[in-house]
Amino acid sequence: MSEKKRLDLEYSQLDSDRMRINVGPQHPSTHGVLRLEVEVDGEIVTEVVPHLGYLHRSFEKHCERMTYPQITPYIDRMDYISAMNNEWPYVMALEKMLDIKVPEKVEYLRVIVAELNRIANHQIAVATFGLDAGAFTPFLFYFRDREYIIWILEKLSGARLLYNYFRVGGVSGDIYPEFKEEVLNVVKQVRKTNEEVMNLLIYNSIFVKRTANVGILTPEVAINFGCSGPVLRGSGIAHDLRRDEAYSVYDRFDFDIPVGKGEVGVVGDCWNRNMVRVHEMEQSCRIIEQALEQMPMEGDVKAMIPKRIKLPKGEVYMRAENPKGDLGFYIVSNGTDKPERLKARGPSFVNLSVIPEISKGYMFADLILILGSIDIVLGEVDR
Amino acid sequence: MGLLNKLDDPYEGGGIVLGKVEELLNWGRSKSDWYLHFGLACCAIEFMAMNASHFDFMRFGTIPRTSPRQADFIMVTGTVTFKMADRIKILYEQMAEPKYVISVGSCSNSGGPYWEHGYHVLKGIDLIIPVDVYIPGCPPRPEAFEEGMIQLQKKISQQAIFNKRKKLGIE
Amino acid sequence: MTPQEIYEHLKKSHDTAVLEFVDQPQTDPFIRVEPSAVFDICHSLRDDEGLEFDYMMSLSATDLGEQLGVVYHLYAMKYRHKIVIKTEVPKDNPLVPSVERLWRTADWHEREAFDLIGVVFEGHHNMIRILLPYDWEGHPLRKDYQAPETYHGMKVS
Repeated sequence: MSEKKRLDLEYSQLDSDRMRINVGPQHPSTHGVLRLEVEVDGEIVTEVVPHLGYLHRSFEKHCERMTYPQITPYIDRMDYISAMNNEWPYVMALEKMLDIKVPEKVEYLRVIVAELNRIANHQIAVATFGLDAGAFTPFLFYFRDREYIIWILEKLSGARLLYNYFRVGGVSGDIYPEFKEEVLNVVKQVRKTNEEVMNLLIYNSIFVKRTANVGILTPEVAINFGCSGPVLRGSGIAHDLRRDEAYSVYDRFDFDIPVGKGEVGVVGDCWNRNMVRVHEMEQSCRIIEQALEQMPMEGDVKAMIPKRIKLPKGEVYMRAENPKGDLGFYIVSNGTDKPERLKARGPSFVNLSVIPEISKGYMFADLILILGSIDIVLGEVDR
Repeated sequence: MGLLNKLDDPYEGGGIVLGKVEELLNWGRSKSDWYLHFGLACCAIEFMAMNASHFDFMRFGTIPRTSPRQADFIMVTGTVTFKMADRIKILYEQMAEPKYVISVGSCSNSGGPYWEHGYHVLKGIDLIIPVDVYIPGCPPRPEAFEEGMIQLQKKISQQAIFNKRKKLGIE
Repeated sequence: MTPQEIYEHLKKSHDTAVLEFVDQPQTDPFIRVEPSAVFDICHSLRDDEGLEFDYMMSLSATDLGEQLGVVYHLYAMKYRHKIVIKTEVPKDNPLVPSVERLWRTADWHEREAFDLIGVVFEGHHNMIRILLPYDWEGHPLRKDYQAPETYHGMKVS
């Protein structure tokens, strides 16, 4: 048999069935321990089945066994990239139940640390998204800047990543003398790096070719799937709880809500979702600058913290704008110092559920980008 | 270590270094460890920061590998759940000898904050695989990662290769 | 619309299935409904003019002792109003109609409620565990749950 003929025979015997590939749970581009069972036809994705629970740490069980102040560290460990933002809705829910008026200075301090943490979160999100697309330099740039933010938060709270900073009626640490100056320096640095990354990554033609028109999420599907945060805003819907519900002192600041405009590609694709995050960093910088100007520098941040927290009987659902979307806490209290039931509605959990819907029909390599553009954190998905 | 000190002044002995083969091998082994990064939870984010600009983990000669077959040691960073534990065992068994394990953070050391009511959390990675170095902290600071890496290098450089029960003398 | 108006609107179309409207202090006002009518009521909530609850914020299941409760937190993007719907089912027969066809986000929420509390949602296309391993026994968030001694040969506690 000649060489040619032998090859033909082999090609004809090739299996033309669809193939099932397992991605994860330990895979560098699943952003944690997510497992995706992917069915591919050649290189085209035909079905995605996510398997969760590889980081299920029994969060809700712990909440039923812990007193209210003890729960805060566990909430930090849900979305460990933006711990400050996580604590906020929980603390707000307790304050609403206990009817505590938070001092003005604390409100501004909370806004500043939450926005700093939001910048840090988006820096990781954009950096790892670049990493998924094959760009390594933005990762180094952003992690250099993120360290400056972490140093400020460390000086305030004492921890680098999981802060346990928010207390009912206050925060655990007061500002230090150079606080204002350092925050302004960080803001300057964030803007400078963003400008660099704009040229280096965002408008880079290779990056645009990889991410534009990929993983299109239409607004109707996004709302039906309960998406929130940059995923929903990337689809062109200006839904932001900081403005819609204006909790805390957010109604005193002047800021825009960036939405996907389809500048490159179409509204709702990976590029636009990512772009929303880059713009949001700029808006956070604006909020921080205004908050620093308006913040009263005098006052005790621990004055309103109650000695013992005992909630009245009742229940509350409180949500706030996490960097990843609407984070909600549903707390049922039975009148003791421990909650009867605490359910956390994690934005990553809900945003991730859209993956099987939007990744069908794209290349396998695009699936990694779609996952990266949703910006999940598995601690919150699995809790 | 001892070998490096001799290399510091190559002209002293005419560029000749005298040492044991084991020392030479261990020197090479301990200074170029490739690792399988098993990023599970919060500690993995701190480990990303460790890998990035400010701390530069690669100066220890470490290179991240994504396959267990190319790795010298495995870095378990984060909470190990029961659903995950079987996978860790499989990946550990796929690694080639000699292999080492660094357990990072309270969760993988002992269950951490989840030790009491965590019905789905493994109370310590050492229940399923042998651990060489424990790094405490929740999450550990990057300095703690550095210390853990130095401890592992020390352990490797003291290991006898030919007579495995013996430990090399510390110079 | 205020929760009171929403209740009156629902009472008109689903007379017997809508049980009561509760507005207590320290509690978000909620409407208690019959479990068998959850799907129809949610359908009206989503599609009726003036209500248009197109966004499901959260679906939580709770262990109330004798019974299991399911709580729906709904939000309307257009009118920016909220409502809480509650229903209770007996523990030995915890069947609730699935609302997955109305809000796709309910898919995973319902699977989670089944996994941790053990409420079974009728009409859900894939009612399997989501967080715990598929061979796990019991529903951990029930008050009477006892964690197993070992799992696959590993000590649990």
